[in-house]
Parts: sequence; C-alpha cells; structure tokens
Amino acid sequence: MNAILFLQRIALFLVLTLGLAVPAQAQIADADLLPLVDALAPGNFKDREGAIGVLVTTGDQRVVPILEVLLEGELYFDDATGKVVFTSAPSGKGTISDPVTGAELPTLTEDGLEKVKVNNGLRRVLRTAIGQMTLLSEDAGVRRFAAQSILRDADPAQLELLDSAIAAETDDDIQLIMQRARAVIMLKTPEASIEEKTAAVPIAQAIGGRDALNILTTALAGAPAELQPTIQSAIDGLARDRAVWDVAQNVWFGISLGSVLLLAAIGLAITFGVMGVINMAHGEMVMLGAYTTFVVQEIIRQNFPGLFDWSLAIALPLAFLVTGLIGIAIERGIIRFLYGRPLETLLATWGLSLIIQQAVQRIFTANIREVGNPSWMSGSFELGGLAITWNRFYIVIFAIMVFLTLLCVLKYTAIGLHMRAVTQNRRMASSMGIRTPLVDAMTFGLGSGIAGLAGVALSQIGNVSPNLGQGYIIDSFMVVVFGGVGNLWGTLVGALTLGIANKFIEPYAGAVLGKIIILVLIILFIQRRPRGLFALKGRSIEA
Amino acid sequence: MITQALFRALDKKAIWIVAILLAVAILVPASNLLLPTGHPLRLPNYVVPLFGKYLTYAMLALALDLVWGYCGILSLGHGAFFAIGGYAMGMYLMRQIGTRGVYANPILPDFMVFLNWKELPWYWYGMDNFWIAMIAVVVVPGLLAFVFGFLAFRSRVTGVYLSIITQAMTYALLLAFFRNDMGFGGNNGLTDFKDILGQSISAPGTRASLFAASAIALALAVLACSMVVNSKLGKVMVAVRDAESRTRFIGYRVEYVKLFAFVVSAIIAGIAGALYVPQVGIINPSEFDPANSIEVVIWTAVGGRGTIIGPIIGGILVNVGKSYFTGAFPEYWLFALGALFVVTTLFLPKGIVGLIGQYRAATTKREQHDRGDPTPKQVEAGVDPQPNPAE
Repeated sequence: MNAILFLQRIALFLVLTLGLAVPAQAQIADADLLPLVDALAPGNFKDREGAIGVLVTTGDQRVVPILEVLLEGELYFDDATGKVVFTSAPSGKGTISDPVTGAELPTLTEDGLEKVKVNNGLRRVLRTAIGQMTLLSEDAGVRRFAAQSILRDADPAQLELLDSAIAAETDDDIQLIMQRARAVIMLKTPEASIEEKTAAVPIAQAIGGRDALNILTTALAGAPAELQPTIQSAIDGLARDRAVWDVAQNVWFGISLGSVLLLAAIGLAITFGVMGVINMAHGEMVMLGAYTTFVVQEIIRQNFPGLFDWSLAIALPLAFLVTGLIGIAIERGIIRFLYGRPLETLLATWGLSLIIQQAVQRIFTANIREVGNPSWMSGSFELGGLAITWNRFYIVIFAIMVFLTLLCVLKYTAIGLHMRAVTQNRRMASSMGIRTPLVDAMTFGLGSGIAGLAGVALSQIGNVSPNLGQGYIIDSFMVVVFGGVGNLWGTLVGALTLGIANKFIEPYAGAVLGKIIILVLIILFIQRRPRGLFALKGRSIEA
Repeated sequence: MITQALFRALDKKAIWIVAILLAVAILVPASNLLLPTGHPLRLPNYVVPLFGKYLTYAMLALALDLVWGYCGILSLGHGAFFAIGGYAMGMYLMRQIGTRGVYANPILPDFMVFLNWKELPWYWYGMDNFWIAMIAVVVVPGLLAFVFGFLAFRSRVTGVYLSIITQAMTYALLLAFFRNDMGFGGNNGLTDFKDILGQSISAPGTRASLFAASAIALALAVLACSMVVNSKLGKVMVAVRDAESRTRFIGYRVEYVKLFAFVVSAIIAGIAGALYVPQVGIINPSEFDPANSIEVVIWTAVGGRGTIIGPIIGGILVNVGKSYFTGAFPEYWLFALGALFVVTTLFLPKGIVGLIGQYRAATTKREQHDRGDPTPKQVEAGVDPQPNPAE
C-alpha cells in the first residue's frame, strides 16, 4: 500500500515538473512495468485510481490496451498470486496470458481468477488516462483519434493535458483539432477568463455545422453578459451558413430523387410518346432489373467472390437484355393486338404486372432481398457542408449517362429517327415507309430495357422485393404527365422538378403530406397544361 | 317529364333487372330469417352480408360503367368515391358506439381518445344523426367529383392522361387517410361498429335489412342509369365517347355532359360505399388503394361495359370468383386476376354480355341472311371507331 502511495507521489512529481511530454516517449523494462500493472488488483477503488495514475506516468504504450480492457471490465487477476492477467474470451474464460509480455500463463486456471472491479468514477479516470496516453503518443494516427475524441467529449478536466499536447504537437492538422477542442473546453469552463473565451469563439465557429451551433448555443446560455454579443454573432454566422448548406442539401436530395424518378420514368415516357400507351407493367420491369442484379450477385458470391465489385457492370447489360426481351415479348404478344385502344392497353399491362409480381413472389418468395453495394459505391464523401453518399452520387451520374445516351440514340440513329417520326405522326410515318410495328416493338423493348437499368440502380439504394416497382410507378406517371411526351427534356425537367419540389416541401410538411401536396399540385397543373410541360405540337394530338 | 323519362327508362331489359333485384331483396332475407335452420332453402347467416357486399360492388361497377362504358372516361379512381361514401357511413356508425368503446368516451371515438384529442373535429359534428350522415354520403363524393371533374374536363384532360390523374387523386387520398392527423382513424380506419339506427349491426335482422337495402339501392341505381342512358343526354354521352371532338364541333358542351355523368357516377359509388361498410364492419384507407380502383374496372369490363346489366354481372361474378379463389388457391388469385385483365381486353372487349350479344347477332344474322335483310348497324361499345394511338 505504501509503495503505491509513494509511486503516486512520484507520478505527481513527474507531471508537475516535466510535463507529460517526457514520459510519453518512454518504454520501460517489462520487469519494471509488471509490478505497476499488478498494483491494479489489490485495494479499493481509490488505490486503483492511484495505480492507474502511475501507469500513465510510465508513458508506455503497452499500458493503453490494459486500461482499455479494464474499462470494459474484462481485466482479471489471480487470487493466489495477485497477478493481473488477460483472458482470451470474455467473462474470464479462455487462455490466460500476461498483459505486458503477452506470454501464456499455463499455471493459472480460470477458477482462480477474480475480476478487477471498476466503478463509474474509475471509468472516468480510465477514459482520461487513455486520452492522456494516446494524445501524447508518437503515432500521429493515435494522436489524431485521441484529439477528435477529446473534441467530442470536451471534458474540462483534460485541459491541462491538452495544453501540453498542443505545445508538443508538430502536425498542423492535429494541432488544429486540439486547438478546437481547447476552444470548446474554454467555452465550457466557467473559470476561464473573458479574453480566453472571446478568443475561443471564432475557433469554435470554425468547426462549422450543427456541432458548432450546439456548442455555441450551450455556451451562450452560461456566458457572461459582455461575451454574449460575440457568441450571438458567431451563432448567427453559423446559422446563415447552415441555411445555405441546408438549401444545398435539399437541392442535392432533390436531384438524387429526381434522377431516380428520371430513370424510372424515361422508359415510360418513350413508350407513351411513340405508342400512346401507358405501360402499367413498367414498374415490374424495374423490379425485374433489380432481381437480375440480385441473381447476378448471388452467383458471383457463390462462385467468383473476387468479382463482386464488378457485379453491377455485369448486371447492367443483363438487366437491359432480360427486361428488354420481356418488353418485346409483351409488345408482340399482347399490345400489338390492342393497337389504337390505349385504355385497354393500360388494363392489359396492369394484368401483366399482377402476373409478373406474383410470379416473382413464387420464385424468389415475398421476402425482402438485400443487394450489396460494391466497395466503390459504399460510404460517403463531404463536399463543403454536404455529406454525399457514393451510391446516390453514382446514380445521379448514371441517370445523366442514360439520359444522354438515349438522347443520342433518338437523335443520331435510324431507329431513333423512326421513333421520332412515329411519335409525331404515325400514319404519315407509315406512309413514308417506316415499319411502325417494328418501331413499336423496338420502342417497347427499349423502354422496358431502360426500366431494367433503373432497377439495377434502385437495387443500390433500397431493398428488393416483388412490390419494388409499385412504389415508383405512380411517381413515374406523374413525371410523364407533368413533363409531357414526345420530348425527353420534358421528362428530365419533370423528374428534377418533382424531385426537388418534393424535398423542399418535405421538411415543412412531412414526407406524406409533402407527397399529397405534390400530387394535388400536379392535378392542378394539368388543368393549365393538359398535355404536360413540353407538349407535342401539331395535329396528331387532336383526334 | 320525369315520369316520361322513367317510362322510357323502363325498357324491357331494365324492367327485368329491377324485377329480379326486388325479388332478391325480398327472397334472400325471407329465406334467411323465416326458414328454420337446417332447411335446405335457408341461406346461412354468413352468406347474407357476403352477397350484400357483392351487390354493393356491383353498384360500384355500374357507377364506373356510366362514365366509362357510356361516356368514355376511364376513371382509375372510382374506389375513392366508394371509400368516401363508406367513411361517411363509418363516421355515423362510429358515433353510435357512444360509451361502449374501450375508453367509454360518450363523444369521442376511441382512436381520438387514444391520440389525446380533446374535442371532435368540425367535420365530425352532426355525423351522429343518420340523415345528416346520409346527406354526406351523397354530397361529399358528388362534390369531390364535381370539383375534380370541372377542373379536368374544362381543360380537356382526356384519355390516358385523365386515367392517370384520377389514379393520382385516389393515391393522394390514400396517403391522406393514412395520416392520423386527418381524424379518420389513420391506418386502422373506422371499425368496431355496434348499432345502426338503434339496431345491433350484427343481428341477423339488421343484416337481412342491409342486404335488402343494397338490392333496392342497386335497383334504383339501375333505374337512374337506365334513365340517363336512354335520355337524349345519354345519346350525347355515347357521342362524346365515340367522337369527342366531333360532338364538340356540333355544338354540345362536352365538358358539362362529362361532368354530369361523372358526378352522378360518383354519387352512386358513394352510396354503394355507404352500404358496403355496415356489411363488412370496417372501412380503412386501403379502400383508396389505386389497385382496388383498377380492379373495379375489370369487373365492369368482364361483365360488359356500355350495358346496364354487364357491370352487375361482372361485379358479382368476379367477386364470387375472388372469394372462391382466395379461399381455395390463395397463391393463384393474382395470376387469375392478371389473366382476367389480359384475356378480357384481348378476347372479350365487350365482356360476357357482349359475348351473348355476339352469339345472338350471329344467329339473327343467319336468319336475316336467310330472309335477305341487310345487317343492322351495330353500335360499337367503347371501341374507338377511328383507332388513333396518339389519343
């Protein structure tokens, strides 16, 4: 007991005289470290606190894992010898080893072990101790992590430690984090002087985002009167930034939603434009595209796990082919016979959508299937105050690519020319020698194929179930009705407008009410422009 | 003039339908109530509300037929009018529960107490009065149809566009009624009804009366539709269906003709919904599901649109089939329904009634051919005489 007290004094002495930077470099001999570690076992919590303090002063990095294990309450000691040990499995099970050397200790048994007890006070001490040891570590990564955790917790008790760490820090980046942590602590500490606090405000403001806003708002409540204007103006500045970024965020979400709608609706728009029919089974084509992705991934997972990152590249053409061929089959098998009866086509395709849904449910069961993101599509990146997930980002890019490709197909290929001609005036096109039945089949195939591509994209942002298509179909209709047919730009504008409008109304009205408002607005809009934003002009529309 | 119209409406076919419906309205309750249990002609208790439900479905199909079969407006949102009528009735039934609810609040329905509401929303006032509720059953769907139709038809939203926005309408209502804030019980809707007009809702006598009411309402709807269809206005409706622009150029106000048909149809659908709710004992937002409204279209199509009897046959037949299928082969019902859509549109454009008509036409043609008469020109029901896919 006395020895511990003695060592504690030494520790205190070291802290006071040398600062903490010096022991941080140290690596002491195993023989010296072992008794200090064993000192964690005996005595009460107070003694243990002392022992922790001593361990910290050694500055030996091997202490950190020991303290972490203790923090988790998984550190044990042998009852007979008083030796502190690690166990390989939780709750004192598994092989027993020396915490410092890592050597196995075959002489000890599980039965003889007893837990080194911790309480909340001790846990706090442990966290600080770990912070100290890591903040002054030689490894920059460890220091950065520790600095960030201090910034997060902002415990005023760690101020001294932080100061010494700032003094010793050589990396500008880490020092900045530490400075910010210090500023946050300053704002939190009632004892800090006005000058110190005033200086801390701009640093805390520079953290930016909601975190800074929270910190400053909390600080404002406890701040003395002369400091309040400074903090208030900082908060206002942050709020202004926030407002701008919020708008940007909404725009981004809107674009993201809009690109999904664009993918889902664009195939619908072409078939509607060329053939004048609404394909109610379009949503099911999207669903089939998503299931194609699922199947491709399953096969890859089982047979070629290394190719997983390429799964989407394989799924895209496959989905296009599968759904495109099904689309052509539907056109040749059913829609062809309903030529000139758009309302009947709507009903027949609705019937088909029921059959396809039920068939998929029979084959794949109604369970929700999860389709994995390839590694390059997971995670997110920050752009200013925006957090953008990679999968959403790639879907926007993908939608743009599909849109541009389609634009080129319509503009520069023979089939595109024919499609445009049939859209404008079917009978005239037919008189000019265009084989309209072939154009119909190709259009339907193309539209369905694009739905399949949309399915691949949608599988990356949500789960795959037989009802997947139903969720998007009404929104896609709205895009088509809003944008008008006969012009791809109408679909683009329609999709983006609906997407962005949706995301701007959502924060005020909630998701469901937002959707209702959008639907009502579209119903009203259609009064003004019964054929959408980009209506096809000419005689063909008046029958 | 009305008697004249009524007289004209009672052509041979309509008389038969009305007569059959009235007979059913008497015989089914009589068989259920008067005959002793175990009698071979006695209908079991569960059958009465089940067939009552079919009758209300038939009425809904008839309502759709009036706009689609006769006026060429394919509404994919007729379920909305049906559901609104049902909700109006549900509100009345809800108020009749009184203190017998779980929370025993004399004024507020259970779900409002559960949501911590302190007083009744304004639109629930007066709904404890049966007649006010019945006015709501007629007026609310009619008003919605009037406003929606006025806007849509005035700006000449036609064809597929109109179908899509009617679907959007019912979808918007579906989402709205799912919200608890709407004050219609949210997800769960209105249920746990006890009384209607002071009678226990589950008593066999009440059930039989509701069945009779449904049959009589359907008979009245048949009369009304037949009256409309056989009037001069009905002829204009058919003209609008077959060649809208031409009718407009002749000088008819096409939008008013359509609006009239749409509103009448919505009111019939609303009444059907009001009769449906006490017989099934629940109304919830899923009735607004666009899929339901499309299903109504197939009832009408299967029976034969552009006829009065067709949708009634279709509505009953498809739903009997549905009850059987969902019981016997639940996995195959959607296949069957999907196939029904495809087969009907491909091979039975005029439905079952059309099939019978075709058969009869073929026989008369043979007879006429034998006699050397020219073939009478047939009115093509619902089939665009000038196929134009851009429409």
